[in-house]
Amino acid sequence: MSDVAIIGIGIHPFGRTEGMTGLQQGVHAAREALSDAEMEWSDIQFAFGGSAAAGSADAMVNDLGLTGIPFMNVSNGCATGGSSLLSAYTTIKSGQFDIGMAVGFDKHPRGAFNADPEASGLPRWYGETGLMLTTQFFGMKIQRYMNDYGITSDSLALVAEKAFNNASLNPNAWRREPVSKDTILNSMMVSDPLTKYMFCSPAEGAVALILCKAELAHKYTSKPLFLKGAAFRSRPLGSFEVFSPSLEVERGPSPTVGASDATFEMASMTREDIDLAQLQDTESGAEIMHMSENGFCKDGEQEKLLQDGDTKLDGKFPVNTDGGCIANGEPVGASGLRQVYENCVQLRGAAGKRQVQGNPKTAYTHVYGAPGISACTIITT
Amino acid sequence: MSNQKPIAENLFTWPSDQPKLLGSRDTETGRYFFPAKKSNTHEQVELSRKGKLWTWTVQRFMPKTPYIGAENPEDFKPYAVGYIELPGEIMVESRLEGVDPEDLKIGMEMELSIDPFVKNEDGEELMMFSFRPCKN
Repeated sequence: MSDVAIIGIGIHPFGRTEGMTGLQQGVHAAREALSDAEMEWSDIQFAFGGSAAAGSADAMVNDLGLTGIPFMNVSNGCATGGSSLLSAYTTIKSGQFDIGMAVGFDKHPRGAFNADPEASGLPRWYGETGLMLTTQFFGMKIQRYMNDYGITSDSLALVAEKAFNNASLNPNAWRREPVSKDTILNSMMVSDPLTKYMFCSPAEGAVALILCKAELAHKYTSKPLFLKGAAFRSRPLGSFEVFSPSLEVERGPSPTVGASDATFEMASMTREDIDLAQLQDTESGAEIMHMSENGFCKDGEQEKLLQDGDTKLDGKFPVNTDGGCIANGEPVGASGLRQVYENCVQLRGAAGKRQVQGNPKTAYTHVYGAPGISACTIITT
Repeated sequence: MSNQKPIAENLFTWPSDQPKLLGSRDTETGRYFFPAKKSNTHEQVELSRKGKLWTWTVQRFMPKTPYIGAENPEDFKPYAVGYIELPGEIMVESRLEGVDPEDLKIGMEMELSIDPFVKNEDGEELMMFSFRPCKN
């Protein structure tokens, strides 16, 4: 079976864009990806896309052109982008089509996400009494983890400081001003132990990727990248998930562990093969826990890795090189694809001031979201 | 007492001197569920009143809908939330009352309490469960 290449990438800057709908940002990203691959919309044979709160992706054909292609809307929470990408991958791998697009975009109102108990299959009282907040889950998960593995608040702040530093070198990021560790630690406590600057915020943005059968890639680009692994998993018994009125006493692994293992197996690669990674950092604690859930270190080793600066741009294993969710915000439908976009930029050697040195050849992405889903990818040169 | 009622049915035994949360147990797997699940294989169980704090956080801003607490943004007071491990049964998410956030410690002994949460349109007090540090 044929490999799958990524030949075009496009982005609409993340943050807040007044006067532009999420869908229009999606169209912007799609056009940028087409231009990057030096192709026309009429060359695209199929598309998958979605948003969580900004409408149906297939409405983009009104702007891109009525070519009659199958354009499938994807709705899978925080894994919407990852699911679109995986679907596009599978479609090409199966031989059904040769060239397609995966696109994700979103535009959320300010402030924490509103939760709807019924939509999550939960009783009304759970939301009415103030227990159904994503921020609480993040605070409680890292609180326990810090207790078990000796992670300090100082390290939580280092993660956020790194995010803003990296974003200051990324013209497409939202929050591009560096923020000092002390400012982060002393900012308003949102959900203990996490402060305001340690959290990402709902935001806006869009990313589009064009994929094709590997044999065709050199027709469109001199530097194709290859999607070697992509896997998606939902939660196993005993995982600790957002919006859980109760948890199993006997603890189990997170869905990340399964998605990560499956991705490495598919790519026939090991963790040591990976040069840099984008890991879901809804808040500082998530990046720390996801370092080990994805198998890049053992539980507790993050403390030293962070204190030594190993995950900085010039460290041994750079993580969230574009500023991650913390500095880019979280447009749910676009976030997962932003990670892949950043990896493509890095592997092309086109990341400018935030370029990871040493000519990186392999890069990893990981998204995680409600109600316990995770999707990972491995891309190589 | 007549103008008080639980915020939801089948959530806890009430009124009672020793109220208990109502869960269910899958008779085939032995797993506990809270809130109780309606199924042919589930039997209703009264959960332990006491357990240990497994993790916690503090809700520092006033939640948006569907929150029905009576506070205004001006007088909102942060409240603690945590999971209580009921030994051998299940971990239950709950508000933590009667304790300052600075005094919360993973592993501390906690006990169930039923208290008024908010009044509904008919003037009835809706009763909600929480956990408090055990009185020694």
